[in-house]
Parts: sequence; C-alpha cells; structure tokens
Amino acid sequence: MTDAGNTISEKVEEIYRTESRRILATLIRLLGDFDLAEEAVQNAFAAAVVAWPRDGVPDNPRAWLVSAGRFKAVDTLRRRARFAAVQNELGKSLETTIEETAQAPELEDDRLRLILVCCHPALPPDAQIALTLREVCGLTTEEIARAFLTTAPTVAQRIVRAKNKIRDAKIPYEVPELAELHDRLEIVLHVIYLIFNEGYSASSGESLTKSKLTQEAIRLTRLLIALLPKPDSEATGLLALMLLQESRRAARASAGGEVVLLEDQDRSRWNREQIAEGVAFVRKALATRNVGAYTLQAAIAAIHAEAPSSAATDWNEIVGLYDLLKRVDPSPVVELNRAVAVAMRDGDAEGLRLMDELLAAGELQNYSFAHAGRAELCRRLGRNDEARESYLRALDLMEQEPERRFMQRRLRELDAGDSSRQA
Amino acid sequence: MKYLCIVYTEEAKLAALSDKEFEQLDADSLAYDKEMREAGHFLAAEALQSVQTATTLRVRQNKLSATDGPFAETKEQLCGFVLMQAEDLNEAIRVASKIPSARVGSVEVRPVRQLAEKEPWDKRG
Repeated sequence: MTDAGNTISEKVEEIYRTESRRILATLIRLLGDFDLAEEAVQNAFAAAVVAWPRDGVPDNPRAWLVSAGRFKAVDTLRRRARFAAVQNELGKSLETTIEETAQAPELEDDRLRLILVCCHPALPPDAQIALTLREVCGLTTEEIARAFLTTAPTVAQRIVRAKNKIRDAKIPYEVPELAELHDRLEIVLHVIYLIFNEGYSASSGESLTKSKLTQEAIRLTRLLIALLPKPDSEATGLLALMLLQESRRAARASAGGEVVLLEDQDRSRWNREQIAEGVAFVRKALATRNVGAYTLQAAIAAIHAEAPSSAATDWNEIVGLYDLLKRVDPSPVVELNRAVAVAMRDGDAEGLRLMDELLAAGELQNYSFAHAGRAELCRRLGRNDEARESYLRALDLMEQEPERRFMQRRLRELDAGDSSRQA
Repeated sequence: MKYLCIVYTEEAKLAALSDKEFEQLDADSLAYDKEMREAGHFLAAEALQSVQTATTLRVRQNKLSATDGPFAETKEQLCGFVLMQAEDLNEAIRVASKIPSARVGSVEVRPVRQLAEKEPWDKRG
C-alpha cells in the first residue's frame, strides 16, 4: 500500500507539473472566474490524492481532474449561495451550462483563450506580463516579483486588478475570428518579447530567475505556435529571434559580470543547437510572404550567429536587412543599429556621420546606447575627447550595472591612453 | 451587458473641420446609429453642444452651487456618447471602433454598473 501510495503521489505530482495549467485554462472557461477556477484546480488535485490510491489512476487523468474541479466549484458556489440567502438558482443554472459546455471539443483551445485574455489590450502592459506569467506559465507572484525587481504584493495587486477588470468589463474568454486574431496576436507576441527581454537584459536581479524568464518566453511561443489555428510567420520569427539571442547567453558577459561586445565574444561558447534551430525557423518565416519586424531581426541575428568572426560578417547583408526593417517598423533605434552596421561596412567615419545626424534629430538624446555607440566610434577614430564626453553622457543615462562597468573601463582606458602619450 | 461609449474630441479640431466635413461626420454618425439599431446594439446616442454651454452643479450641505463651464478643463472635451448593448467587451470594442467620431477624437468604453433594486430581506452591500 505504501509503495503504491508513493508511486501514485509521484504520479499526481507529475501530472500537476505537466497538466495543471491546461486544466486551469479549461476550468476558467467552464466557471467564468479565475479565482474559482484556481481553487477548483487545487481541490481537484487534493481529491486525486485521496481517490487514486483507492480506485487507481483513471485512463484520462486530465478529464477526471477537470470534472472533479467543476464539481468542487459547484459545491463552493452552492455553499456561498446558501450563505448569501439567495436560492439555488445560480448554482443550478451554472450546473446546466457546465454540463453543456463540457461536451464541446474545445479543450485545446482553452489555453489559447487564456493567453489571449491575459494579453488583452484593455489590460495595462505590466498586468499583461504578470497575468501571463502567473496564469499561463504558473510562476508564483514571488518569482515574478524577483524577476522584475518589485515586491510580491505589488505583483499580486496588479493581478487582482486585472482579474477584476476581466470580470467587471466582461472581457470574454474567446479566440476571435482570424482577422481580429492577427491584431491580438501582435500584442501577445509583444508581451512575450517583453518577458524575454526582461530575462535577457543585463540588469541586476537573480540570474537564475532571469534565465527562467527567457525559457518561459521561448516555451510560451512554442505553445502559441502549436495552438494557432493558422500559422503566423511573426510568431515563428519571434521564436527564431529569441533562440538566436539566447544562444549567446554564456558569452555575452564576462566572469566579472561585465558586458562583452558582440565582436569580442568567444563564439565557441555560443549554443550551436539553439543557433541551428533558430536559423531553421528564420528560413521558415522568411519563406512566407509576410515578413515582419521579428523575422527581420531574427534574420540579422542569424547572420551574426553563422559568421565565424565580426570581421568575416556579411555587413552588407545586415545593412540591407536594416533597410527593410526601417520600412516595416520605422524607429530611431532601428536607424541607430543600422548606423552601427554601416560603420562596419563603410568605415567608422561614415557610421559616425549617420549617428550624429540621428542624435541631432533629437529623439535619441536620452537613449544611453546612442551615446555609447557614438563614444565607441569616436574612440576607434582616435577622437578621444569626444569619446570621453559621449561615454560620460551614456553613463548618466544608463541604469544597468554590467553596462556601466563596461563604460567605466573604457573611460579608464581612454585616460590611460592619454597619459601614456603625454609621458 | 450595457456599455457607455464616451466620445472625446478637441473642440478646436472639430471647429477646424470644413462645413462639408462636419456635415459628413453628422451624416455618418446618424447612419451608424441606424446600423447599430438594426444590429440590436443601440440604446441611446447623442452629440453634445460645446463645453462653453456647460454648467456644473454641486450640492453641499443642501446648498446648490452652479458654476459656468465643464467639470474639469481638459485637452479633449466630452462631445457625445453612445449607450450600447453588447455581449462582452470584445463585441463592445468591435462596435465602438466604428463610431465615426473615433476618427477625430477618442472613445472611452465603460461597462455600465447595474444598480440592483434590493428586496427588503437582502442585506448584501
């Protein structure tokens, strides 16, 4: 008995890990209430721990758990209804709708519905992120708080407010028609990329939690691609982009936690498996007629990933891709990156000329990386005073420690260079 | 579910429209009211006169004060509303996105809170 009991509780744990989010998604649809559904998931697993050692593990554990969850929820509602002195009508009407909707062969769509609700445009961006990580990925509020350098109560409050809005404004649990789905998907991809970037950025915070975010973002995109009724080239492009960026994780910071520029990275430490997968997805996305901003960025990342060194990189191709990106998604940051690529192709002076034009236009004045980029080009051109001035301006604007350490080192090198020349 | 779509525009922008554009906006708005009515969404819709015609009232300690002007001076002014019936927020957004003045100003979509008429024995808040 104890042996069997142990294996069964291990089995329950395993099913909890792999299926609890899926079961939650279905119960939210059936019950129309996040909190009631979460409680029902917990109650269903608690019931399994009691019933399965006695009756054996059911053939379809997920269906068993969904069914147990909804019975528990109906119990809860009946209890509440009695306390509230309203007759059983509510509980009864809910029971019938549950019986009807549970028949629908829609269980797989539930997870897509859940993703779309969490990333609904009527919710504020920080709530979209928190809700997606909590409800779809199953992270705890503590984990989310650690990753975003905030407190668990703040995250919890964002989630509660979002759930209230979903209920009060009646945000539906649905997959919209294809035309509308495309627009909604754009927001979902943006939320996923924000999650990824938070995990990938060099800002402080526990590296373990950080890498969990990038993994979740990649996993979520794979899930999304599998769930979509029609393939979406930008979802594929985003997956490629994230895999290619993630492939450089080990090489992009020194042991001391300082940023290592792309050209100085030890390329033997790039993850070849992720590169191969990323490149394959880029090809797939490029082969469609619908090439968007994620796909183009992924294509640029793929050229870097496959180049043996910075010098041997096809900069002409990269500049061409930035030209396309400029048309699809015009922004001063894209122009800035293009200027860096032009510097590699046509020389630092030409790159600097473009960058000064961009800075003069004004929009990048408070963007730290613009000044850091200018500083780097000035340094290479031997214009040390200008380089120093730009590094100082960049340092003023930069909050991320690893980037700051890098710039401070560059400044020390410039000072040392000047004094050795004087000597 | 009822949703109130509150239409805001900069009055200066409305004033800058040519007579022909202004008449077209009115005609489009009336046509869309009809469309919403036929689709079963329409409950009420009105355009408002300029905020210069507004009077704001307050009653404090049973004393009425009436002052000239809108409740708050803002960049965009309340210029009209549509009260609609919709299944959920997605449907409300779909219907509201075609309100013609959305092309000039912005539309805030707010769910209506039903005030429940309580039975004497019902002590709920």
